[in-house]
Amino acid sequence: MTDRVLNCGYVPLVDCAPLVIARELGFAAEEGLALNLVAQPSWSALRDMLALGHLDAAHMLSPMPVAMSIGLGGLSAQIDALMVLSVNGTVFGVSNGIAAELGEVRFGDALGLLKALAARRSGPLRIGVPFHYSMHRLLMNYWTSSLEGLRIEEITVPPPRMADAVAEGFVDAFWVGEPWGSVAVQQNVGRLMMAGQDVWNFAPEKVLAVRHDWADTNEDTARRVMRAVYRASAWLDARTNRTLAVEILARSEHLSMSPDLIDPALSGQITPLLNHAPEAVARFVQFHKHAASFPWRSQAAWIAQQLGADPAGIQKAKACFRSDLYRQNLSGIGADMPGASEKVEGALRYETAVASTAGHMILAPDAFFDGRTFDFPAEN
Amino acid sequence: MNRDLRILVVEPDPERVLGIINALTDAGWSDVKALAQISALDRTVREFKPDIVLIDLTNPDRDTLEHISFATETSKRAVALFVDQTDDALTQAALNAGVSAYVVDGLKMERIKSVLETAIARFKVMRQMQSELDAAKQALEDRKTIDRAKGILMRQRTLSEDEAYTLLRKTAMGQNRKVIDVAQALVTAADLLS
Repeated sequence: MTDRVLNCGYVPLVDCAPLVIARELGFAAEEGLALNLVAQPSWSALRDMLALGHLDAAHMLSPMPVAMSIGLGGLSAQIDALMVLSVNGTVFGVSNGIAAELGEVRFGDALGLLKALAARRSGPLRIGVPFHYSMHRLLMNYWTSSLEGLRIEEITVPPPRMADAVAEGFVDAFWVGEPWGSVAVQQNVGRLMMAGQDVWNFAPEKVLAVRHDWADTNEDTARRVMRAVYRASAWLDARTNRTLAVEILARSEHLSMSPDLIDPALSGQITPLLNHAPEAVARFVQFHKHAASFPWRSQAAWIAQQLGADPAGIQKAKACFRSDLYRQNLSGIGADMPGASEKVEGALRYETAVASTAGHMILAPDAFFDGRTFDFPAEN
Repeated sequence: MNRDLRILVVEPDPERVLGIINALTDAGWSDVKALAQISALDRTVREFKPDIVLIDLTNPDRDTLEHISFATETSKRAVALFVDQTDDALTQAALNAGVSAYVVDGLKMERIKSVLETAIARFKVMRQMQSELDAAKQALEDRKTIDRAKGILMRQRTLSEDEAYTLLRKTAMGQNRKVIDVAQALVTAADLLS
C-alpha cells in the first residue's frame, strides 16, 4: 500500500511536538500516512500556504482559524481546527530593567504583577508578541485591560528574535511560547513573571488546521492524521515518556534545539531568572490529558468574542472548531469523549469530573485570573 | 501606463535590494524605497505611505509587517496581495517566486499587475541565483571533505590518491550511500580518534 502524503506546515516551537512525534515514532505510518512536515518562516507565510493549497494541514495558533473564518486579518478563508494540538505553554516576562522597577512579585501572581506594572510611572509598556492573531495577544489584552491605567503597546516580534528585542530595548516585556522564554533567561536579558495559564488556566494554544473544503473532500485522510496525532499526544503526556520525548524532539531535524531548551516546557520546570531555582508549573503544556485535544466550541467562541466578533461571528467561530469530526474520527480508537461540546469557559476552579462516553472524565481547571466566566449559548 | 506608484521593498541583503530596485526603475517606476531594518518599518510606512510593499515570502519579518499594516492609522490599509484572488495565476506565480506583496486597499489589480510581474521575474532570478550559489558552496564543501577522507586513507593505508578514491566509491556503492556520506563518516571518525 502506498502511503498517502500529507504536507503539514509548522513553526519550530516546542508545542509542535505532537506532529514531530506522530512522524518520528511511526504513529502516522501506522495510519498509512506519509506525514511531511514543512517548516514555515512566519505565521503569515504558514497561513498563505495553507489557504492557497500549498499545504494540506498546519500547526496553527488557535485564534488564526477563527480570525480567518470570520474575515479578520491578512487573508480570509474558511479554515477549520480538527483538534487542539496543545493547551497552555507560553510565558510572560519582562526585561531586567523593568524587573528591577517592579520589586518582589511572586511568580504566577497575575493580579499582583498587573498592579505592579500599572504603578510604574512611565510611558506605555511595550510588549512583544509573536503574532496579532495569537493566544498570547488575546491573553495579554484580556489581562491588561482589566486594570485601568496600564497603557500597553503591542509589538510583533518573531519568537527567535524575542531575546534580542529585549536586549536591544525594542520591547519592555514579552509574551512568547517555549523555548523562547527560556532562551531570554539563559541569555540573561529578562525575567519570567508568569505562565500563560496564570491568566487563563486552560487556554487552547495551537490547533491542527485544514481548509474547510479540504476536510469535506478528504475525510479519510483527515481521520488518519487525527488518529496519528491523537496517539502521539497521548504518548507525549505519559510521564514515563518525558525524557525520551525530549531526546527525540531534540534530535529531530524538525526542531533542532538542544534538549535543555525543550525540557523546561515538557517537565513544567520553568526557570524565571538565570541561576535561580525553577518554578514547578502544573500543566505547563498539555497535549492529551483532561481532554486537552478536544476542540471545544466554547473555546472558539471565547476567541471570537475577544476578537470583537458579533453574535453571528461567534456562531461561525464555533462551527470551525470541529468537535463533530473529533467525535466521529476518534471514538473508534477508544478516545473518551466529553458529554457536551461546549462548556462555560472559566467555570472550573478545580479538577472536576464530568460525564463522558466512558462514564466520567476529569477536566482540569479552566478559570480566568479575575474569576470571570463565559457562557455562549447555542443560537435557537 | 501608471508608473506613479510608491513602492517599498523590505529586504536586508543590499545586493538583492539593488537588483529589485534596478528591475523596477528599468521598467519605469522611480518612487521606490528600500528598507533593511524592520525596526524602522513602522515609521517608514507612516511617512512614505507606500502603495505596495514587497517582501520575500520567507522573511520572518512578515508577521511584523502585517501587524504594522493593520495598525497604521490611515484610512487606507495595506493588505496581503493574496487576499485578491481574482487573478489566480498571478497569485500562484508570486507564491512560487517567493514574493509576497502588501497592497493598499482600494488599488485596482490592473494598476499593480505590472509591478508584480516585474517583481516576480526579479525574485525568480534571485531565487535561481541563490540556489546555484548554495549548490556551488555545497559542492566546494563536499570536495574538501572528500579530499580530507582521501588524505586519511592515503596515509593510513599507503594508497595512491586514485586508489583512495576508488576505495571510497566502492564502499559507498556497497553500502548504498553517497561518496560524500562515507567520506564525512571517515573524517568524523578520524577526528574522534586523533
